[in-house]
Amino acid sequence: MTIKKPWAWASTAGLLTVATLAPSTSYGATLDDVKSRGQLRCGVSDGLAGFSSPNAQGQWQGIDVDVCRAVATAVLGDPGKVTFAPLTAKERFTALQSGEVDLLSRNTTWTASRDNSMGLTFAGVTFYDGQGMMVSKDLGVSSAKELDGASVCVSAGTTTELNLADYFRANDMTYNAVSFDEADQTAAGFDSGRCDVLTSDSSQLAALRLQLSDPSSAVILPERISKEPLGPVVRQGDEQWMKVVRWTLYAMLNAEESGITSANVDQMRDAPKSPDDARLLGKDGNFGEQMGLSNDWAYNIVKQVGNYGEIFERNVGKGSPLELERGENALWTDGGLQYGMPVR
Amino acid sequence: MLRPSTSIPRRGRGPLWRDPSVRALFFQALLLVTVLGIIAFLVHNTMANLDARGIRTGFGFLDHRAGFSISQTLIDYSSNASTYGRTFLVGLANTLLVSAMGIVAATIIGFLVGLARLSPNWLLARLAGAYVEIFRNIPLLLQILFWYFAVLRALPSPRQSITVFDSFFLNVRGLVMPAPETLPGFAATPIALGVAIIAVIALVILARRRQAATGAQWPVLPLSLVILIGLPLAVFLVTGSPLSWSVPALSGFNFRGGMQVLPELVALWVALSIYTAAFIAEIVRSGIQSVPRGQTEAARSLSLPGGLTLRRIVIPQAMRVMVPQVTSQYLNLIKNSSLATAIGYPDLVAVFAGTTLNQTGQAIEVMTMTMLVYLSISLVVSALMNVYNARMSLKER
Repeated sequence: MTIKKPWAWASTAGLLTVATLAPSTSYGATLDDVKSRGQLRCGVSDGLAGFSSPNAQGQWQGIDVDVCRAVATAVLGDPGKVTFAPLTAKERFTALQSGEVDLLSRNTTWTASRDNSMGLTFAGVTFYDGQGMMVSKDLGVSSAKELDGASVCVSAGTTTELNLADYFRANDMTYNAVSFDEADQTAAGFDSGRCDVLTSDSSQLAALRLQLSDPSSAVILPERISKEPLGPVVRQGDEQWMKVVRWTLYAMLNAEESGITSANVDQMRDAPKSPDDARLLGKDGNFGEQMGLSNDWAYNIVKQVGNYGEIFERNVGKGSPLELERGENALWTDGGLQYGMPVR
Repeated sequence: MLRPSTSIPRRGRGPLWRDPSVRALFFQALLLVTVLGIIAFLVHNTMANLDARGIRTGFGFLDHRAGFSISQTLIDYSSNASTYGRTFLVGLANTLLVSAMGIVAATIIGFLVGLARLSPNWLLARLAGAYVEIFRNIPLLLQILFWYFAVLRALPSPRQSITVFDSFFLNVRGLVMPAPETLPGFAATPIALGVAIIAVIALVILARRRQAATGAQWPVLPLSLVILIGLPLAVFLVTGSPLSWSVPALSGFNFRGGMQVLPELVALWVALSIYTAAFIAEIVRSGIQSVPRGQTEAARSLSLPGGLTLRRIVIPQAMRVMVPQVTSQYLNLIKNSSLATAIGYPDLVAVFAGTTLNQTGQAIEVMTMTMLVYLSISLVVSALMNVYNARMSLKER
């Protein structure tokens, strides 16, 4: 954390400076900024398997990271043109507000106060999650309702922290919270026995469990105590940029729904199966240009990053160490909640 | 230093701008207006920009329910009912607690190590020297992490606690120990303590007067101790020992009853004390070495014992050199306590400038309040130390 602390101070100082000195008309041109810079600056988690963590070669990987790459591909045509800024939960909003990053793709829950009073706008939902609790197996607990009096490790400055208080209050139980800055420290606190319970979004719990010294010693309790729709966030007041991010997500969802994958996207473009596919892949109409992008934005995303299903499977799905079910993250056609708006 | 002449010649005749005092007044007024203008511009621009970005401003958020829990609260706090304003106070109290504990411990350790470093005993002096060089040269954050992760995390789980008398339990979650609970009638004991303190002060004054008048010394220290401990204890026993102990017991997941010292607090306290003490030790050494050797030699020629020479002749003079520097170290310690956030001790920065800021997004208000608090604490400590310094300083008569 010695390396990461400067982000917090730089962000806060940046916000103070920007808010103090910038003329009030200069916001709202993120797309042009990113194009002229030739790089997308993307805020991600500082290390959460499946969502964003550096691999053995030092490259960032995960579902949140792929959203960054998809946006970079849509705007600049190249998934490599992203600068990743690892942010703790506490640093993330200030970094976005102050302009340190163009996009925050960091397992962030879409809530009313964040959307309405903090100068932020959520562009969509990449992962429908819910808060869960993990306990050590030898405690012999099978339900979150049995946790009266437990010590709970939690990341500071998250919705998790608030849901936790509400849940224990609603069930008339007490607890001691131990709050850490970073997901790693929170997991280490649980691992060393500082707390009985580790609470977080259930997908994160699955990721953090892999980091424990003995993953099989911990069990995730069945209760989901909250709704946690996670998605990318942009600054408020830049409609154009928000739409670029939003339609990047829709392009990936529509591609999956049409059966377009990174493997078959070339032949699908040459011989579209339906008018929908032709519009999505830029053979018909100027849907990319309407957003200030090139017409083959969706083709580029699918070709170089993949469709939503591919991204899900390789990062958190059955093909990954996390082995999560699609569940509510299945497409609406499969009984899930993921739904791409039509391109037409 | 050259000082401007205090007697500025009055304007006899001639135009107004020829008068130096009028000119001085004019330029100072101009400067003041400029500075105020810049501040007003900055504030206005900040508000306009925040508004344009859709970021709420104002301190209204302090009245909203906080809704998160804090691991150590010295004042009443509940995640269900307390406000963000309350989290500020909770964080402040925790910062003040660890700072005060750190200052006391750092001063004691620093003095002892500083004296040891000057000891004629070779081993003692070298050990003290090694202490100073080791702890002064390692970054404080690393020391905090070392104490927390390497030392305290190695303790056993609550069920395998290290136990003393079945009432003190040491485990990875800290030290759990019996807590006193007062019963009716206890109020007489603190009152007795107050009376004892007044009596000791009176005793000290009387003893000084007597020594000044006759030269005879009273054993002030032992007498004071007897009064300070004996009087409250007698009252406590006479009123029927109105104190019960809440003894901790393992029930469910954790210990219930008693009081708990968090490992985060201990790690931060130990690291801050040991780190700052290394600097204070050097200050003590330099202070003592700044006292001319002749003072010690003169005392020895009067056959004064070594301890008395140190206490009555050397240290009072050394204090004049030490106090301003030690003040700086105290201020550093208070500011350094904000590193608490690295290990999850709920200090002002972690609770208020961290969690509250993040939950509300009110960066500018929160950071302003936090900075003002550190500024105020530092100014108060400096002021107190300056008063002390003025009393200690050489009085030439």
